[in-house]
Amino acid sequence: MRVITPKVALAAAMLTVLSAPAFAAKTLVYCSEGSPENFTPALNTTGTSFDAARPVYNQLVEFERGSTKVVPSLAESWTVSPDGKELTFKLRKGVKFHSGVNGFTPTRDFNADDVLFSFERQWKPENPYHKVTGGAYDYFNDMSMPDLLKSIDKVDDYTVKFTLTEPNAPMLANLAMDFGTIMSKEYADFLLKKGTPEQFDQIPVGTGPFSFVAYQKDAVIRFKAFPAYWGGPAKVDNLVYAITPDPTARYAKLKKGECHVMIAPNPADIAALKTDPVVNLISQPGLNIGYLSFNTQKPPFDKKEVRQAFNMAIDKAAIIKDVYQGAGQAAINPIPPTIWSYNTTIKDYPFDPEKAKAMLAAAGVKTPLDIDLWWMPVQRPYNPNAKRIAEMMQSDLAKIGVNAKLVSYEWGEYRKRLQQGEHMTGQLGWTGDNGDPDNFFFLLGCAAARPGGQNLSKWCNKEFDDLINKAKTISDVAERTKLYEQAQVIVKEEAPWFTIAHSVVYEPTRKEVVDYKVSPLGRHEFYGVDLK
Amino acid sequence: MFRFILRRVALTLPTFVALMFVTFVAVRLVPGDPIEARTGERGIAPERLALLRHELGLDQPVWKQFLDYANGIVHGDFGVSIVTKTPVIQEFAVLFPATLELAFCALIFAVVLGLPAGVLAAVKRGSVFDHAVMTVALAGYSMPIFWWGLLLIMFMSEYLGLTPVSGRMDLINYYFEPVTGFMLIDSLLSDQEGAFGAALAHLVLPSIVLGTIPLAVIARMTRSSMLEVLGEDYVRTARAKGLSPLRVVGLHALRNALIPVITVIGLQTGTLLAGAVLTETIFAWPGVGKWLIESIARRDYPALQGGIMLISGIVILVNLIVDMLYVAINPRIRHGG
Repeated sequence: MRVITPKVALAAAMLTVLSAPAFAAKTLVYCSEGSPENFTPALNTTGTSFDAARPVYNQLVEFERGSTKVVPSLAESWTVSPDGKELTFKLRKGVKFHSGVNGFTPTRDFNADDVLFSFERQWKPENPYHKVTGGAYDYFNDMSMPDLLKSIDKVDDYTVKFTLTEPNAPMLANLAMDFGTIMSKEYADFLLKKGTPEQFDQIPVGTGPFSFVAYQKDAVIRFKAFPAYWGGPAKVDNLVYAITPDPTARYAKLKKGECHVMIAPNPADIAALKTDPVVNLISQPGLNIGYLSFNTQKPPFDKKEVRQAFNMAIDKAAIIKDVYQGAGQAAINPIPPTIWSYNTTIKDYPFDPEKAKAMLAAAGVKTPLDIDLWWMPVQRPYNPNAKRIAEMMQSDLAKIGVNAKLVSYEWGEYRKRLQQGEHMTGQLGWTGDNGDPDNFFFLLGCAAARPGGQNLSKWCNKEFDDLINKAKTISDVAERTKLYEQAQVIVKEEAPWFTIAHSVVYEPTRKEVVDYKVSPLGRHEFYGVDLK
Repeated sequence: MFRFILRRVALTLPTFVALMFVTFVAVRLVPGDPIEARTGERGIAPERLALLRHELGLDQPVWKQFLDYANGIVHGDFGVSIVTKTPVIQEFAVLFPATLELAFCALIFAVVLGLPAGVLAAVKRGSVFDHAVMTVALAGYSMPIFWWGLLLIMFMSEYLGLTPVSGRMDLINYYFEPVTGFMLIDSLLSDQEGAFGAALAHLVLPSIVLGTIPLAVIARMTRSSMLEVLGEDYVRTARAKGLSPLRVVGLHALRNALIPVITVIGLQTGTLLAGAVLTETIFAWPGVGKWLIESIARRDYPALQGGIMLISGIVILVNLIVDMLYVAINPRIRHGG
């Protein structure tokens, strides 16, 4: 998709002048991995598309760059009613929207109408934009927003009230996610009148630090700094996404200075990146977990002792060393240690094949025992090589008399079958969306244990479920922490998973890049970044 | 002549129909569900799944899907991409100039190096040069494109710093709007100093990578065709008349030796377009090849089907044209078949 209009040409001409050496405009180039589907985050589910829309937009609240802390953005402040069912946001005044490259010029500042429009598009079928560009709002629905939201009301131009059907503590963090992006109602109306509503998702107009200039599919996305940005103008003049799918080519471009920041280096290149004189290799523990799930509805995994025995039979340290090669740490709990409420007092099962053997015998399991062990056919951030891990597990298990048959399917098929619970044991993982522990714990909740649900162990423990459901409705973090710590004790004891690892995320940047921060949520953000 | 062309065109039609059928079936044999691939990692409600399948026509019987698809193509409608919701032909039209530009430069590279190398190898038959050309040609022909591309990037871009790594343009220093879609032309139109050079520099590595196989084929074909011609009576006569070796080879022999070479060059269109799939991925070249790879990853049936149809269609057409040119040059053909 290529977007050309006279306005773009004009912007181009201006950029040309600006990029003449005399002005020495700063252009920051980011080597991204793929083309966005469009620029409306509410419609998308991929990090690639979210990253591409982020320079243009803001949410009511946002994650502080480089952390999972929720901070004010388009909402300056908020209050929660005592019963936890009403969230009232005070909106920032004097926030300007960009002018679109397709002739749109805003006549008013951002206000409550834009907030209402942005959520109603996803929520209300009667919204004129509801069906535009496919009209699937996966995140809005997956986060149970239709059930949670009773109403969103405009109290006045700069006050918006969200009324919920029940208290929901993660709500604020949820609103900071990309589907909570605030778009311009005036722009939407403008395009509707022009008869080209689909341009809304292709030529983005937002309040963010960069405004959209042009997009050529599979090649390049161009943004320029928005001088009137409410947070102050960005430190670079132009932001360019050079779409480069091959990780080796991305690294070569970084080395040559054709881009300044790159996504997802090849694990094999990490060693070279570490010693490269032009590169700063920033790393941070990822907000993720890779695990092996035991299907608790299939014998012998319906017995807690069997699951515990398996936990002791597999050499986790060897997996971390061989497969993650230093880019990961052993996982003890179902949430990563970078998230609040992580229970540091919990001890992992020791690697003890002899004891595992004895426990299996005590549980009445006859060996040799035949099981299947599913491995994912793709590389994921939390699991660089599921097949290799499966092979290592297979050889460990053989030592306690368990014959594991390795099974895999095409990726879509694989997930579907796991969610249906067709496996006995299977590998998968999760990357956090919003830094709230609930975004991990629900993976072991009873609601997700239904066939097709995301609880792959099909494990439904009432005590655990009560704890996480209660925690969700409380807004006091200290109190929630206590409940989640208890929940982690139960998970360790009941062992529905063999928790494998939390991987480390690497972000290579060039040395002249100043103040780039790695996001634990896997985001790539450039406001605040400078070039020496 | 006219009857020959008519027969040749008539033969092309069933080829198209067969192609349509094979593409349709092959695309559906790719494992994986387009909707699963589209919705990503999260679960999808069965009701919504059914709705999406209906929207995409995937709930229809397969034979009906095929008829709809064939009917569309006859009317110039190659379907609408599942992912971008844009007509496939429209996406293709934007991306094809990039592929065409690359394929054209690769072909120039192959012909400019391949023809003289082949001719010289034939003239100096059995010499060290001849052996060298043949060895290099064999190596070039069997070189895996992906490996060859990365090797060149490492050596030419990283080690020597001569060429850019990937992409079509220097994004830090230049920016202009696409007008024709051909970067060499657009950079000239932009009036920005140095832009054309930058565009040309970006074409060097991908053209070499894509042109390597055609280069090898052309060199070998030229050599063998030349050797055959050099043994003909009229060449010996020309030599006996005392014409200079340059005139004998250049004027008499080469003209006749070129006929089969032209056919081979025509046949290389297919190789160029097939090679583009990999070359474009390595060099982040936004052409149809890369688009096809992404369509496979996304199980975008209409884009995949349409793209393969369009590319294969172009290959068939080019070969048709080459056949006709061949007949025009060499009248003996039309009596033979």
